[in-house]
Amino acid sequence: MKICITSQGATLDALAEERFGRAPFFIIVDTETGSFEALENQFAGGSGGVGPKAAQLLITREVKALVSGMVGGNAHEVLKAAGIYLYAYRAHGTVRDALERFNKKTLDLVA
Amino acid sequence: MEAQPDTDILPVIFPWRKKMKIAVASGKGGTGKTMVAANLAFTLSQTCQVTLVDCDVEEPNLHLFFPAPATATDVTVPIPVVDEKTCDRCGQCGDFCQYGAMTVLANRILFFPELCHSCGGCTLVCPNGAIHEEPKRIGTTTISTPLPNLKLISGMLDTGNPHAVPVIRVAKKLAENNNLVICDASPGTSCPVIETVDGCDACILVTESTPFGLHDLELAVDVASRLGVPAGIVINRSDGKDQATLDFCMDHDLEVMMTIPFDREIAAIQSRGDLLCRVRPEWQKAFYALFVKCRTLAGVD
Repeated sequence: MKICITSQGATLDALAEERFGRAPFFIIVDTETGSFEALENQFAGGSGGVGPKAAQLLITREVKALVSGMVGGNAHEVLKAAGIYLYAYRAHGTVRDALERFNKKTLDLVA
Repeated sequence: MEAQPDTDILPVIFPWRKKMKIAVASGKGGTGKTMVAANLAFTLSQTCQVTLVDCDVEEPNLHLFFPAPATATDVTVPIPVVDEKTCDRCGQCGDFCQYGAMTVLANRILFFPELCHSCGGCTLVCPNGAIHEEPKRIGTTTISTPLPNLKLISGMLDTGNPHAVPVIRVAKKLAENNNLVICDASPGTSCPVIETVDGCDACILVTESTPFGLHDLELAVDVASRLGVPAGIVINRSDGKDQATLDFCMDHDLEVMMTIPFDREIAAIQSRGDLLCRVRPEWQKAFYALFVKCRTLAGVD
């Protein structure tokens, strides 16, 4: 399964980012193989509509779950409609930490 | 008060037959834009036809000074409607939309009307012709004639709608055939103010002699300058300690066209919805003088 963790940098040791649409990077992890890909968020500095744009990216990449801090109303609606699960991670740790907690199923399911 | 104009100049100017559009803006809110616009329009309407446009569409209030029966017309913008049968979810509309208004799911399109800027791009890029546009109401314009020589056009944005600019555009367009037009802007320096000031021949910037007034005046001067609209300054509620504002105007080659004192009687007149120039007709001379200066600013002779 592919999951997305919002991140401040391009590696697993970067700090996880609490914002979704304006996260600098999206780390897409394949939970079966553990391999990951870092996508720079080209919408991060946009003037508006960044949440749905980012959510569209996850849909296109066939991501099944999102790990992030806060998700705005419009993005939330898209994720819900697309059936992407949203898990809250607000521990201010690294992407690796968020991933471990996701794998241990200790993150709260928001939607 | 400023020096009085030579009253002999008035018959030379009036009746006014040239086209001229004056914007009244400020940067800071509550400096007296509407007070200046209303009194200027009232004064000019004593001798010629004036159209006053309330471009503060999120909070229009000129009609409070000029109550009159008004006719309202809806303002609409085109928004896309997707035919789910023709659409094959190719995603080109979503890729094109810079505002994130179209999200393409596996089985349908999710459209966010409040993000849509009505650019029409999605309709153009759709390879299947699955998108057409339908009008959506975002506000109204009202037209009234509160005085024989005064036409008032007010734009009013519907509550909860974020797009003021199309309403302002329609309100200004309704005035385009009129010779003498005064556009009252909203506070600030963002899109609604730019839409209001753009295309005007002169811009009156109303400020007050406080650090906040001066700070926001500097921003507003920058906006007018970038739009290429010549600006002049009105200092309102002056307590006589205007040196910082005067210095700024001197440095930037801006004329202080009028100074209105901080005065309890003026505040009282304003607060009960009356007009300074109606209650105290001697003020009409000062507003005529302001108009003459705007005319010089605009280069309309």
